Amino acid sequence: MSSYHLDHLQYLETEAIHVMREVAAEFERPALLFSGGKDSICLLRLAEKAFRPSDIPMPFLNVETGHEFPELIEFRDRRAKELGAKLIVRTVDEAFAKGIAHPTPGQVSRNQLQIPVLLAAIEEFQFDCAIGGARRDEEKARAKERFFSFRDSFGQWDPKNQRPEIWNLYNARVNPGENMRVFPLSNWTEMDVWEYIKKEKLEVPNIYFSHERECYRKGGQWLPVPPPHTDATKPDPYAGARPKPNDTVKKMICRVRTIADMISTGMIESKTETIDDIIGEVSAARVTERGTRADDKASEAAMEDRKKAGYF
Amino acid sequence: MSTHSHPIELLRFNTCGSVDDGKSTLIGRLLYDSKSLMEDQVEALEKSADITGGGQINLANLTDGLRAEREQGITIDVAYRYFATPKRKFIVADTPGHVQYTRNMVTGASSANLSIVLVDARLGVIEQTRRHTYIATLLGIPHLVIAVNKMDLVEWKEERFQEIRSEIEGFLPKLGGFRDVKFLPVSALNGDNVVDFSKHTPWYEGPTLLGHLETVHIASDWNYGAFRFPVQWVNRPNNPTDHSLHDFRGLSGQIASGVVRKGQQVVVLPAGIKTTVKDIWTYDGSLAEAFCPQSATLCLEHDIDISRGDMIVGLENLPGRSSELSARVCWMNPRPLQTGKKYFLKHTTQTVQAVVTAVENKINFDTLETVEAAGTLAMNDIGAIKIRTAKPLVFDGYATNRLTGSFILIEQGTNLTVGAGMLAPPLEACKPEYSDFAI
Repeated sequence: MSSYHLDHLQYLETEAIHVMREVAAEFERPALLFSGGKDSICLLRLAEKAFRPSDIPMPFLNVETGHEFPELIEFRDRRAKELGAKLIVRTVDEAFAKGIAHPTPGQVSRNQLQIPVLLAAIEEFQFDCAIGGARRDEEKARAKERFFSFRDSFGQWDPKNQRPEIWNLYNARVNPGENMRVFPLSNWTEMDVWEYIKKEKLEVPNIYFSHERECYRKGGQWLPVPPPHTDATKPDPYAGARPKPNDTVKKMICRVRTIADMISTGMIESKTETIDDIIGEVSAARVTERGTRADDKASEAAMEDRKKAGYF
Repeated sequence: MSTHSHPIELLRFNTCGSVDDGKSTLIGRLLYDSKSLMEDQVEALEKSADITGGGQINLANLTDGLRAEREQGITIDVAYRYFATPKRKFIVADTPGHVQYTRNMVTGASSANLSIVLVDARLGVIEQTRRHTYIATLLGIPHLVIAVNKMDLVEWKEERFQEIRSEIEGFLPKLGGFRDVKFLPVSALNGDNVVDFSKHTPWYEGPTLLGHLETVHIASDWNYGAFRFPVQWVNRPNNPTDHSLHDFRGLSGQIASGVVRKGQQVVVLPAGIKTTVKDIWTYDGSLAEAFCPQSATLCLEHDIDISRGDMIVGLENLPGRSSELSARVCWMNPRPLQTGKKYFLKHTTQTVQAVVTAVENKINFDTLETVEAAGTLAMNDIGAIKIRTAKPLVFDGYATNRLTGSFILIEQGTNLTVGAGMLAPPLEACKPEYSDFAI
């Protein structure tokens, strides 16, 4: 029977395709969260594999903090267009204007503020399901996630009372107002994602490869220096996230390993020009992927607390 | 620096045992000793050791991810871990030992190739050992490892190890038996026989735990028996990406068992219509054949009315078809099973209404005998039930097919998953009145 054999990537792929088709079949108004990051790039290919030659039967949704890497936005918009998908973007700034969210005094990062924006978008479009690219190997609280993760009408996750998930029988039932977050990449590791990108020859935003960039040292990480504040009629969106006079600023050859926004993404010094270089670097890495995410460093339960509140 | 240029197999396993048997410690040890931990994880571990562990690194903190778990020092929910060696990739489900969380063990074990049951060498076989071994057998997990842990606390005595081994070998036949059982003496805390051989067990000639996980034969764990293809999604493009596909009508799904070939005759159930597989379509091109568990889109010779929940099968070894079903069910909710109450039943890709008409018995885990169930099952009970469904199911017995022989019960209103069911073999194969499709 050796000819009937799937390697680990083929196994993970067929599992993820099955999950995506369950979503298309069981939900009335699903959406796919697409940020342009490496995990959601894999989601798009899996959606193509699950649904072609038909259209991908769900719009793409992205929540912007307003601090995004411009390269990522360009890539996101282009990919959505190439795939013929509808892209819905909701931003933290719009949410401020509408009073859905409010700036946190003394807090520059808008990571937390993505939560009310996402929940408002789910309500606005009556989405009953959102597919995300989160993986269990990223973080301890995520290690406890189900493929189909139920959220109540407040968008909350209750980790102590999750629906058991048995065989490949996913319980997709929700009442009006409730919704499901679905994670087809649950069983993928960071290495699997890169190996899949290589195997499928997927394009990734160029900030994953080494480039020259001005960075400054903060909290044990090299953070990118934000773009200059040019429009004097508006407050600087990066106020508080710019290097202080005493901070070490240097031009370095670096890349991102994981992408949040510019405020919470640590750059790693690296000389990688190809996907193979990245795979080599990941296999030799001595810190986890989210070790470069400032948003996870807040406390040991940082992710758990955000997920309970409705984070993805 | 390995970049896995050769195909690598994936082994899924789960760990189970009683509270404090050291399950999380064992997984922590596997990760630690196989150098699968990263610096920031070790750093976080050391940080929490200073605060709560009196300075000693607590390997269990690696998998106990939720705040309540760290506070109470227990594992509440299934935690999934991933690691790789140059030989294999592993998905580990760390499943809890507390009796009230048995449902999570079922969750973690249902998709596993292998189960590790931990036994505390000092306590020997207890109810939880029997329960977990029973569940692993019931779920049809192909490989079992009994890890006799804390051997350091019984001075590495071979007699103690053999005593536990004989007791388990004594009740295994009652469970229907495993194809493959391994017994290992280990100390998860000190790492003996986990990744490296112990110097305390000269009498033990088997592999280390990791050595066994890396080499146990799993290639034939998938079901290459009769062909079963539950239709998941009807693929009918409005604007096909390729204009030659304007009349494309495909049936998308994941092969639950067996192999399908282009040109092969198949039967669509429950309609009972015989037709031919015209094409096995995938995004990467058409296939001459496809096998379990591949996902594919089948195009059939005839334009038949087929929808989600139908099943396409081979001509040989037809499944059963009935709305009166016998099954064993593991109850997973604090609200006990009620006969006469309507539940949703999800089987393959369809959901139907169902009523439990009788609870015939349940398992007593001390004796592994069946006992009177008094018409109900409480949380964590496993018993034999009769069900009537609003629409007949096309199914196989769980023992021959894990995917077409299993179902979940969902409570109406709350939508909670309350039961996991394994179907008894059909009394007879369905006999479709074949209507060869004629236009």
